[in-house]
Amino acid sequence: MASKIVTLRVNDREEEFLARPGTTLLGALRDTLGLTAAKRGCAQGACGSCNVLVDGKPVPSCLVPVETVDGAAVATLEGVAPTGDLDEVQAAFLEDFATQCGFCTPGMIMTAEALLAENPDPTRAEVVEAISGNVCRCTGYEPIVNAILDAASRRRSA
Amino acid sequence: MSYRLSPIDTQYFAPDHEGDDFTVIGSVVTRSDALGHVTGRTEFFEDVRPSGLLHLKMHRSTRHHARLAGVDSSAALAVPGVVRVLTGADIPNNLYTPLKLINVEPDDEPILAVDKVRYLGEPIVAVVAETEAAALAGAAAVRVDYVDLPPVFDVEEALADGAPIVNEYHGKNYFTYEGHHCRRVRLGDVDAGFAEADHVFEWRYQSSPIEQAPVETTGCTVVPQPDGRLRIHSDTQACFFTLDNTALILESDFNKLRIVGGTVGGGFGGKVDVVVEPVACVAAMVTGRPVKFVYGRHEEMQVSSPRAAERIYIKDGVLADGRIVARQVTAYIDAGAYSRHTPYGTTKAAAHFPGPYTIPNVRIDCHCVYTNRTPSSAMRGFGVTIGDFALESQMDRIARELGMDPLRLRLKNAYRDGDMKAHRKRAEGTALIEVMQKAAELVGHELPDEYRRMSSLEAR
Repeated sequence: MASKIVTLRVNDREEEFLARPGTTLLGALRDTLGLTAAKRGCAQGACGSCNVLVDGKPVPSCLVPVETVDGAAVATLEGVAPTGDLDEVQAAFLEDFATQCGFCTPGMIMTAEALLAENPDPTRAEVVEAISGNVCRCTGYEPIVNAILDAASRRRSA
Repeated sequence: MSYRLSPIDTQYFAPDHEGDDFTVIGSVVTRSDALGHVTGRTEFFEDVRPSGLLHLKMHRSTRHHARLAGVDSSAALAVPGVVRVLTGADIPNNLYTPLKLINVEPDDEPILAVDKVRYLGEPIVAVVAETEAAALAGAAAVRVDYVDLPPVFDVEEALADGAPIVNEYHGKNYFTYEGHHCRRVRLGDVDAGFAEADHVFEWRYQSSPIEQAPVETTGCTVVPQPDGRLRIHSDTQACFFTLDNTALILESDFNKLRIVGGTVGGGFGGKVDVVVEPVACVAAMVTGRPVKFVYGRHEEMQVSSPRAAERIYIKDGVLADGRIVARQVTAYIDAGAYSRHTPYGTTKAAAHFPGPYTIPNVRIDCHCVYTNRTPSSAMRGFGVTIGDFALESQMDRIARELGMDPLRLRLKNAYRDGDMKAHRKRAEGTALIEVMQKAAELVGHELPDEYRRMSSLEAR
């Protein structure tokens, strides 16, 4: 199989690169584009630490062959606050102590961003459901759920 | 956002604080690393991507216990992209044990297996390649001829006569503590205690190995520096421990190594061993290029050292009123094939028994046993937590047998300030009685006056 030219709109920036067969979206983001916020935890779609948004939907980027999303818009944590001003989700995670080791945080935040874009006023059960594919082995789920609810409320009153 | 804070009696601590400016307790302090976490700028070891990076993958034992009759890496070297293979002969000092830093002996574990393998997944040949895929293909292409040896997986079978010897460096299937076959604690006369008791209860407890399962797998990237030093980006939980052990394995001056670490994507004890850095350093030295060695999820589950499995027998002599007058604990702690941190964990277990209770007659035997299972090591309170599971299960079962409130049984036997513990440390600041009284009150568990009046500050 030959390598392919892939174009992506990543965090509102046009990117074009050559992808070898078998390159995942996660591999392209981290190794080709140098965007390392998305993490490799399991490389089998089970932990959610590589979650990014593809056309607004959260996906485990370790399972996505990059040529299958040619032309898509991709959002990673680096693009959430490019100027350094935290958005509501980041601010809530920071202030509500929703991070411990930090390894699951990028995937958690991107999943939360997708949820709040679709549902600005989620119930606690809806938040729990939304992050059910994101593993936090430090088991800090309570503060994470609280932070996402807090972020929703901050965004609604902003 | 609101914080629920208990009022603090600042007067109580006032004399300690005189002249100090203590302001943290009661205030909100942001974690120093949280801003990096929420913006994705925290740099974990795998986020460091030096140019010219090589990838290391391991060919691992497919047997639990076998002699190595032959190792053939020629097919691995023929895989396009494979740069180098490493065997035990390439490691300057191929034998170690991590706790040698605190004088634990003997060295009992090779970095890469040479004569035999002692557990499933033991590393034999390291394959270094231009890409991760080539390293994996190369590792899969290594051919190993085994002569199978009988394995032993059970701690008590391992100690029986005629059991296969797992680890020749020990000569026996147990760690030797100052000439003794187990770590022992003795207080009073246990047999006299059993004779005096109205009841004798003995039960057996068994735990399984527990994997720490960090979301970030174990790994490191080693970058050779122009000045000849090696810069090691690692997710170890123990930077200096790793540095010292790696220097001993490389037979290198300590100041030739620099560890960049402290950012750990979950550890829980599972990243205290020194398993990826030494071989990655050797690969970086022989190739002169940066090398990454990171476990896949399967390796993390299969070969990273778990919490030890423990088998614990507790025999108690108990008076009719619930006072425990004798406790005998025999624990078998499964080190797996190599020591790692389990000789230390076993000592912790011995010191922790007989639990937070004052018992006049105690006999503790804690065995650190070698089997053909994955080496066990550190995890959150290792050596203590499984013992607590056994001890507190034992207390509940005794209470049930005596038809007694389990809380009262514990209050009656709880240690108090000034009591001598079995390992000859005087108990201080126990507060166990007060914690149980408060817990009982919080859950509405009624206690008679004599139990509510108990105090850890009053001699029994």
